[in-house]
Amino acid sequence: MFEPRIVCFFCKWCTYAGADLAGTSRKQYPPNGVVLRVNCSGRVDPQHILWAFREGADGVLIGGCHPGDCHYQDGNYNTMRRVALLKPVLESLGIESDRLRLDWISAAEGDKVVNVMSEFVETVRDLGPMELDLTDRLSGAEAPDEAKGVKVSTAKKKAKAKR
Amino acid sequence: MEHRIGVFVCHCGTNIAGVVDVKRVAEELAKYPGVAYSTDYLYMCSDPGQNLVKDAIKEHGLTGVVVSACSPTLHEATFRRAGAAADLNQYRVEMANIREHCSWVHRGDKEMATEKAIKIIKTMIEKVKQNEALEPISVPMTHRAMVVGAGIAGIQAALDIANAGHDVVLVEKEPSVGGHMAQLSETFPTLDCSQCILTPKMVEVSQHPRIKLLTYCEIDDVSGYVGNFKVRIKKKAAYVNRDVCNGCGLCIEKCPAKTASEFDEGLSERKAIYTPFAQAVPNQPVLDRDHCIYFESGKCGVCQKVCPVDAIDYEQKDEFLDEEVGAIIVATGFDLYPIVNIGEYGGGDIKDVVTSLQFERLLSASGPTGGVVRRPSDGEIPKEVVFLTCVGSRDPEGHMPYCSKVCCMYLTKHAMLYKHNEHDGQAYVFYMDVRTPGKDYEEFYQRAAEEDDVLYIRGKVSKLFEEDGKVMVWGVDTLTGQKVEIAADMVVLGLAMVPSATATELAKMLKIQMNQWGFYSEAHPKLRPVESLAPGFYLAGAAQGPKDIPEVVAQASAAASKVCALFAEKEYHREPIVAWIDEDECAGCRICISVCPYDAIEFDDEKEVARVQEAICEGCGARIAACPSATAQQRNLTDDQLYMMVSAALED
Repeated sequence: MFEPRIVCFFCKWCTYAGADLAGTSRKQYPPNGVVLRVNCSGRVDPQHILWAFREGADGVLIGGCHPGDCHYQDGNYNTMRRVALLKPVLESLGIESDRLRLDWISAAEGDKVVNVMSEFVETVRDLGPMELDLTDRLSGAEAPDEAKGVKVSTAKKKAKAKR
Repeated sequence: MEHRIGVFVCHCGTNIAGVVDVKRVAEELAKYPGVAYSTDYLYMCSDPGQNLVKDAIKEHGLTGVVVSACSPTLHEATFRRAGAAADLNQYRVEMANIREHCSWVHRGDKEMATEKAIKIIKTMIEKVKQNEALEPISVPMTHRAMVVGAGIAGIQAALDIANAGHDVVLVEKEPSVGGHMAQLSETFPTLDCSQCILTPKMVEVSQHPRIKLLTYCEIDDVSGYVGNFKVRIKKKAAYVNRDVCNGCGLCIEKCPAKTASEFDEGLSERKAIYTPFAQAVPNQPVLDRDHCIYFESGKCGVCQKVCPVDAIDYEQKDEFLDEEVGAIIVATGFDLYPIVNIGEYGGGDIKDVVTSLQFERLLSASGPTGGVVRRPSDGEIPKEVVFLTCVGSRDPEGHMPYCSKVCCMYLTKHAMLYKHNEHDGQAYVFYMDVRTPGKDYEEFYQRAAEEDDVLYIRGKVSKLFEEDGKVMVWGVDTLTGQKVEIAADMVVLGLAMVPSATATELAKMLKIQMNQWGFYSEAHPKLRPVESLAPGFYLAGAAQGPKDIPEVVAQASAAASKVCALFAEKEYHREPIVAWIDEDECAGCRICISVCPYDAIEFDDEKEVARVQEAICEGCGARIAACPSATAQQRNLTDDQLYMMVSAALED
């Protein structure tokens, strides 16, 4: 069976703590998502999401505080707008926009973490593996020839990171 | 710089090792680029475990540490301290959460859980590789606390902080301090009179030179952060000049308008201008304009006419006060689950079916019946009284799933006090389990059953209805399997405790977390029970979860001691995970300024660049994501770090 690879960006005030609660409650959900802890869902830049797809993610899940509950007042509204704007861009790149999901999950909603994670894994599983080679489009003119059409090597990524 | 990262994989007993193959994880990560040392241990947080980390830092010259164990919420601070003790900058220590986010939630697939653990740790290795050595940012701190809610929790917390030498602002939305405890008759298991032990504290809190008591006030807005909160308080119009009023009570005496008394839970009437109860603190009335004839028709004005000091002011408006405080204790208490929701027990329509707080008032010497238990319907002394536990509690299908913790004990107390009142009466308690975990509690229950002949029936009552002036109780004794029918004179409902009606609104304003029932969430259920996850907020009393008075007092004192510990430092040391802007690359577009909710970015007109004020920046990162040139970055969570973490999460 196809096991999707999912990157999750979880706000540390809500969804990350909700996932902790799912853990302390010993709820079970599929192990496909790896969670990255961010201070706010608003920290997530559309470029992080594109990078994840480029690096082979089959899905990206963002968890933020419910509207009105942002620890930083309105960071989650930024996320909401960014995701709304990014979805058509993803479609234009040939990435099904359902591969990106944003959900509001509070620290009390361990059950919701389980449900969203389980549902999302199923959604992405149904969509199948990401087969699109994005290297050309995302790296654009700057990309060296050897990088076009192939996955960026680890060395290149490290070079980028040291930039 | 050459990376020399140490990876420490914790077994957490069997919590992690029972699912994740920790040996394999440690071995695999030893091969990962940049990892100089990798090991596993049974309990990494124990003293030997921490020493393992410290020794390895020194022995292997580690430049960064990833402790792969539980959630950072639990032990990040522990391991940062361990790192610092071995001269490794604390911000080069990170936690990889392979317990809450992995072993505990993926018990069914050990292979995949192990692989996921490896990925999680890799993301943190990539993060720590680029973590800067940072120092906490010191900011000035206001050594003054605010306590919201002046029930027994708030009173205790305020007194403890004030007695430790710090100023306290105590805010209460009702006209008097005291909360629900002031309504109680006696308290279990000692049968101390509630008023006798509470009222001296109410007076103390109002007279304490370090406590600023603000009754009939509500929190309107909160801004700032731990050490430096700015709170706007709404002082509700009382239509009584509180600087002038001497509490003579003449206005109350002469007021012709009456309405149901909240303090007596609707069992008596109060005037439109009123103090909630005779021992109220402060002893100054407020005017309830919804029931005032003057506000209704423009006629009357009796209170103004009789007031000897001219304190009545019909033109008074809500006022706003601004207070600066360094820490906030939230002690907003509880309400009873609404009786209208319990249709099978009459939903509040049967007069002689009363709530537990109403029964407290009937038992109380200061209550509407002077402490003699009388039926609300006809004032007769009831001969058969039935007490029901778990009304709305432990009922996941219909109502609240949790145990309200105190009902078994207070209904036992009710039954006992009723029997002391009415020796030839009969008290029945229907119970699911009698829960008596507390010092001298079980003995108290035994005393009720054996000495006071309270009859305990194990079973749930299915229906209450009126018949011939009686309340018919239909239930089942589940121990004998027999149907039980009682024609009772009165029934008392041990209703569930729910958070006070204003708790949710306040939580949203303070940005503190709640559980799904609206009780405030503690930072850790065992190890940080009185702190909120949001720094600077502390929790006390039933607002955090159902509890009895001794527990409330203990928790309030604990919250107060946490505040005092915070105030022991001159300055507050903030996490330096803030934003910074590379001035050489900033194009001066000012988008970040428009996104920042804290006005933490100033614009340098001369250089035409934006600059972060670190003392103000909260480190949300929202505007970093908004920066079109990626010039703005977050310390120790830069874009480059995030890219590398994403890549690590996806590596095979």
